[in-house]
Amino acid sequence: MRVVALHMGLLALLLGLHFVLPAYHQGNIARVMVLASFAMGYNILFGYTGLLSLGHALFFAAGMYGTGLAVQHLAWGAGPALVGGIAAGAVVSGALAFLALRTSGVAFMIVTLMFAQAGALALLYFSEWTGGDEGFVLPQGGRLLLGLDLSDANIRYLAAFALFATCLMMCLWLVRTPFGRVLIAIRENEERVRMLGYDPFAHKFAAMVISGTMAAAAGAAYGVLFGYVGSSFAEVQNSILPLLYVLLGGAGTVLGPFIGTLFMFYLIDLSSDITTAHMLIAGVALVGLTLFAPQGIMGEVRRRLWKGLP
Amino acid sequence: MLLSTRGLSKRFEGLNAVQGVDLDLPEGEIRALIGPNGAGKTTLVGMIAGRITPSDGQVIFDSRDVTRLPAHRRIARGMAYTFQITSVFARLSVAENVGLAARRHLKGPKVQDAVAEALARVGLTAQAGDEAGDLSYGHQRLLEVAMGIAQRPRLLILDEPTQGLSEGEIAGFETLIRDLARTTTILLIEHNMRVVMALAQRITVLDAGRVLAEGTPAEIHANRAVQAAYLGGSGDAASG
Repeated sequence: MRVVALHMGLLALLLGLHFVLPAYHQGNIARVMVLASFAMGYNILFGYTGLLSLGHALFFAAGMYGTGLAVQHLAWGAGPALVGGIAAGAVVSGALAFLALRTSGVAFMIVTLMFAQAGALALLYFSEWTGGDEGFVLPQGGRLLLGLDLSDANIRYLAAFALFATCLMMCLWLVRTPFGRVLIAIRENEERVRMLGYDPFAHKFAAMVISGTMAAAAGAAYGVLFGYVGSSFAEVQNSILPLLYVLLGGAGTVLGPFIGTLFMFYLIDLSSDITTAHMLIAGVALVGLTLFAPQGIMGEVRRRLWKGLP
Repeated sequence: MLLSTRGLSKRFEGLNAVQGVDLDLPEGEIRALIGPNGAGKTTLVGMIAGRITPSDGQVIFDSRDVTRLPAHRRIARGMAYTFQITSVFARLSVAENVGLAARRHLKGPKVQDAVAEALARVGLTAQAGDEAGDLSYGHQRLLEVAMGIAQRPRLLILDEPTQGLSEGEIAGFETLIRDLARTTTILLIEHNMRVVMALAQRITVLDAGRVLAEGTPAEIHANRAVQAAYLGGSGDAASG
């Protein structure tokens, strides 16, 4: 009960912030919520199932381009285009899961990285459709959802909040179901899970599809909310970012991805006020956290204060 | 027969670990599998449970050929396997370890009952909330057995379950196995000859990958070939 109260409390806080935040921070938090949804998807595979993927940019981009191309070339509205983007993410993550889950450990990292690179290169190759490395700006017509203008700052915040709340509640529910607990057990000891009669491949496959689809939903939303679709989102940096967010916030915790994203986002934002070498400050903070809180912020909270935190 | 193997063999690059083993295990029996180190006991049960792919031969469980089934499907058909080297989920609670085993075939509130029952039977009720990795080695062995119990298997394969247990714990373990044998067939790899002689209805002796002898404890005790190969003549010496 306390667990549910904590997570609902965060959602209530974020909804409340909508009414008090200045415009600049409102835009930031909207972006953080979308990126945190990406990181939550990543966390299902990495934090809970124990599979380190370096290919999640592919899923993010599948959602973003699935939505963006449908708007740009098929003149779909935002609603159907978002559904199309999420479906594209599900298909792409299913296909990659089918191939990559034959491997494990370092090989899994490399295979996911290679397929994601192939995806990024494909976006450049088909530049006639995708706009290549310049990407394209979404037309206004593709940013209307149920008559709401998603480019409006207030509506954008609420839309990002709706996505974030959905992902957060899904995660919280998922990791406490029998299925989610098998994922955690796979992370801890896959061979033992097999010898308890569970099919590890089927569980890892489902975890990767759920994870990739959530990442795609974030990518689709990012495109529609911020109005731009670009191939940089398919590049390897965008696979590393959710890993960093999750490590910082606490892998295998429901709130960790959000805390990590928020921390990293504002760390870069604040340090770039001080110096152009803002990544240096971010790097030092990262090193500090890995030294003193190797399980991430929420991981430390769980270790020291709240043992049963999911 | 609940379990049969026919001509079961495993070759590892030039080494015949198990050669042509025919084993028949009727329902309800406690069968001990003994033999010197390197005799192929763990390889044999690994092939039965599906952890190791046989080079040759068949495994028939519950009158179906399961040789080609992956391990998890055999487990789902009613086998359970407890590991020789303790293999619990160290960072999960004791209750969750057993819960994972129980949830494979149970749902809802029945899971908690099954977990409580399995923990009570091995005497770990007080440790239910502890992290499994914090348990003593002996308690981790008992947790392995509790996970096996919670699976409610028809065939329970125990690979050296008493290794690392104290004398008192071994006595409790013997009682537990006799109790379990009323509902479950048990295949027991065991080095402690006192436990074997006390529990097993029949004993299969493996030596260099082949079945050397099979019989009741009294027959095995009197068997010269077994004494020569394994017991070193005295018959009741515990072997490491």
